[in-house]
Amino acid sequence: MSRRGPLGEEPARGADAPQLKDGEGPGSRAALALEQTWADPPGFFGWFCVVNHKTIAKRFIITCLVFFALAGLMAAVMRMQLARPGNNLVGPDMYNQLFSMHGTTMMFLFAVPVMQAVAIYLLPLMLGTRSVAFPRMNAYGWWLFLFGGIMLFTAFAVNSGPDAGWFAYVPLSGPDYSPGKRVDFWAQMITFTELSSLVAAIVIITTIFKFRAPGMTLNRLPLFAWAMLVTSFMVLFAMPAVMLASSALIMDRLIGTHFYNPAEGGDVLLWQHLFWFFGHPEVYLIFIPGLGFLSAIIPTFARRPIFGYTAMVLSLITTAFLAFGLWVHHMFATNVPELGKSFFTAASMLIAIPTAIQIFCWLATLATGRLNFKTPLLYVLAFFFVLVLGGLTGLMLAAVPLDLQVHDTYFVVAHLHYVLIGGAVFPLFGAFYYWFPKMTGRMMSEALGKLSFWLMFIGFNVAFFPMHMLGLHGMPRRVYTYQAGLGWDGLNLLATAGAVTLALGIFVSLVNAIRSRLAGAPAPADPWGGGTLEWATPSPPPIASFHRIPIVYGRDPMWQPPPAGAPAFVAGLSAQTREQLVTSVLDALPDHRMSFPTPSPWPFLAALATTVLFIGSIFTPWAVVWGSVPVAVTLIAWFWPRMRETAQELALEKQP
Amino acid sequence: MTPMMNLFLRFVAALVLAVLMLSLSDYALAANPLPEGAHNVLDTMGPQAGHILDLWRVFLYLCCAVFALILLALLYFLRRQPRGDAGTPPELGFVDAPEPAPRRHVTRAVIASTLGLVALIVASVFTDRALARLPLTGAVNIDVTGHQWWWTARYRNGGPDEEFNTANELVVPVGKPVIVNLKSDDVIHSMWLPNLAGKKDLIPGRSASLQFRADKPGVYRGQCVEFCGLQHAQMTLHVFAVPQEQFDAWVQGQRQPAAEPADPRAQRGKQLFQSVSCAMCHAVQGTLAGAQRGPDLTHVASRKTLAAGALPNTPEDLAAWIRNPQLYKPGSSMPATPLSQEDLDAIVAYLGGLK
Repeated sequence: MSRRGPLGEEPARGADAPQLKDGEGPGSRAALALEQTWADPPGFFGWFCVVNHKTIAKRFIITCLVFFALAGLMAAVMRMQLARPGNNLVGPDMYNQLFSMHGTTMMFLFAVPVMQAVAIYLLPLMLGTRSVAFPRMNAYGWWLFLFGGIMLFTAFAVNSGPDAGWFAYVPLSGPDYSPGKRVDFWAQMITFTELSSLVAAIVIITTIFKFRAPGMTLNRLPLFAWAMLVTSFMVLFAMPAVMLASSALIMDRLIGTHFYNPAEGGDVLLWQHLFWFFGHPEVYLIFIPGLGFLSAIIPTFARRPIFGYTAMVLSLITTAFLAFGLWVHHMFATNVPELGKSFFTAASMLIAIPTAIQIFCWLATLATGRLNFKTPLLYVLAFFFVLVLGGLTGLMLAAVPLDLQVHDTYFVVAHLHYVLIGGAVFPLFGAFYYWFPKMTGRMMSEALGKLSFWLMFIGFNVAFFPMHMLGLHGMPRRVYTYQAGLGWDGLNLLATAGAVTLALGIFVSLVNAIRSRLAGAPAPADPWGGGTLEWATPSPPPIASFHRIPIVYGRDPMWQPPPAGAPAFVAGLSAQTREQLVTSVLDALPDHRMSFPTPSPWPFLAALATTVLFIGSIFTPWAVVWGSVPVAVTLIAWFWPRMRETAQELALEKQP
Repeated sequence: MTPMMNLFLRFVAALVLAVLMLSLSDYALAANPLPEGAHNVLDTMGPQAGHILDLWRVFLYLCCAVFALILLALLYFLRRQPRGDAGTPPELGFVDAPEPAPRRHVTRAVIASTLGLVALIVASVFTDRALARLPLTGAVNIDVTGHQWWWTARYRNGGPDEEFNTANELVVPVGKPVIVNLKSDDVIHSMWLPNLAGKKDLIPGRSASLQFRADKPGVYRGQCVEFCGLQHAQMTLHVFAVPQEQFDAWVQGQRQPAAEPADPRAQRGKQLFQSVSCAMCHAVQGTLAGAQRGPDLTHVASRKTLAAGALPNTPEDLAAWIRNPQLYKPGSSMPATPLSQEDLDAIVAYLGGLK
């Protein structure tokens, strides 16, 4: 057989097509080869070259949780400061940095990225594939996120933390009223994290669309994957608005443009429109993955498939569309036209309908299931109390007249924490308890889990419920102190006591995680009896995840095994190179094989170069010019075709 | 049922009860206006806040009912359904067969929610209309300008020579509409008078207005609610609603230039005021001091508070404030003024006479 190519080219030396194919179970020669092929590079330098989605996602999750802890500690300091009137624990300058850092970190460095990080870990396992799409770009996204976060906290450590709020309204954040570099660090942190989340969104969308196991039609896609798909599309449309806004802010501050300067024809409200056009969908970026967690956990612990799959999917999509039509409800106190505000009232209220549909479907699932009361389910049940209450106060805020009273008061602080903690943090903790055995191979303690849950649930309500009353009694947000005798003292002290309890509950979960990681009982492959494909892998999953790519015959593949005589696995991907099966978007029909990139230091170096550009441009606009040179160099090196790899791919192409 | 579950049910039931009680407690809360000035959404003193309170009640009752229904349904199902564990074979009969009963219930619940939401939208729009229909004939016109971190108020009724400036405190006649034109000369502020009306932002480069009417005499506290920098926490505005005659007398008094000091110490204070740094920022009408950087002090002694509500207006507090404002309001534009005790007393005596 001629080895020449169709154009008569000579095969490159050493480019024999790898002969070993996958398709055999654990312990086989092919499985061992797969483990070697997909393994992370060893050693210190190897640590910087890793592209495996599980390794990157674990780092990503831990990074997010560290930021969560730091931002939580900042909240604790704020609650201590507000525990009594006229307190002097921190001054106004430090307090303003604390609440700006708390909001910024929770929104940009925790809530959105942690959901993406969990998805990057879980999606390939749920979809029955060995990697996320664009694994190197995925690694690049995490490095960039890490560097952006480190930059922000370094700035805070040297007393240059942002102090204009996480919303950074101009003109307060503009050059005239925020001299120094504090707001520039904030704006550049936006650039870092937005780039990182755009990268993650593209990775997630492509993974879901093109790397599902054969047979997993879109109609059988797990609801968590649907939630992440919808979230990722929202990221693509929401993030550019805030990048535009923050870039214009940087230019106003650094090179004297006047986008937001009314004296020179700019407009202060332009910032608010752009920011909230991103900022409101942002809430749903955080909340929709939480819905996905619920839809993954409830069926497992109700021992039945979800009720109303189609309605749930359509609700997620509807939520995503409506989420872009609500932003003006953050601006009801400004002078935008009154009639226009009414439309935003209507849109803001109607977004409750898709959420209500999902709540009723979960209730129907629980109402017809056999319930297994484990810690993950408890966290999920808290959603029905906390998020529903937050959603109902959201209806109040959506009405223009009510908003005119409670806007920018502690009522809103209560509302947003009920929505975000109820809609994202409680489900995230549920997800954490649910998938921890899968990620680590260790079971978590149920007793500590339940203790943590009750401390968190009670602490949360004691901390945040009184804030509704504080708002109605006239306490504004973002105040570093208040005078005695205004009737706020007792409620504030109560809120602080609740915050301490909440922190204690989270600490118990941390102890539980560390204890279980070190000495927990070994976890079986499927400790909860779940229906999705990640439970088909051992706990923890091998580095190649699936030694054989499964074929899917229903929405819950673990519960709906192949019909008699039908094949359970596909075979024939190379076990000696990183080869992936690409399937069609709608029906997940096998389409072609694709060679995946190997570990590489270039994503790390490219992220480093990007970081130099971004941080440099805080200090001089010329950094955009000279900083682009290392970025270009690292990107060219990253994408430079390697002769051996190309030859190997060609060989595989010709001799499958 | 496990003890854990039992505890859960009880706790949830207690919280539901607490929420329901909150809905009934607004009258109890309203009974205690604070001596420093009422600042409570639920304690309305004028038609604007009253309309909003009516809407609040509609929302509160409906939302409490929905909340209770969802939780009760959840708790009922949790109690009723049989238990399972990880080994329980999943119920797959539902996969291809329709589930008519749950489907019917979900459909009904969604229709009911939609109708409820539409009702709330309609209630909200009608409240908007009611708010826009406050009769404004014979209104008192006030321009309020926000600064970091205090308020200027300029009373606009009457001819140009009858306008006057004051700061941080508004006096309004009971039963008369008030139109406040809102401006800012630095960053965005927001004026909120919980007992009288909602809030409105003061946005640089834009103008907005807030209309209200106080139907009962009293002191109403307001505060800046849009984060505006270091001293956002101490940017208070007090509204004094007084009978018409008292208001007219107050206006007449404010239109006069500053009283000429009678005793020698206050006269010396006046000299000092004009010669040390005070006059660089403050105005006292009828004297050489005419700067507009800080609050107009022509009738400062008639005001109840200093530094936008940061301190009560007593001679001791005034002296302490002049000596070191940064102690009470760190970041304030007013610098510490190094003065001998004698000079300070003289200035305080002078300002104390500016009724």
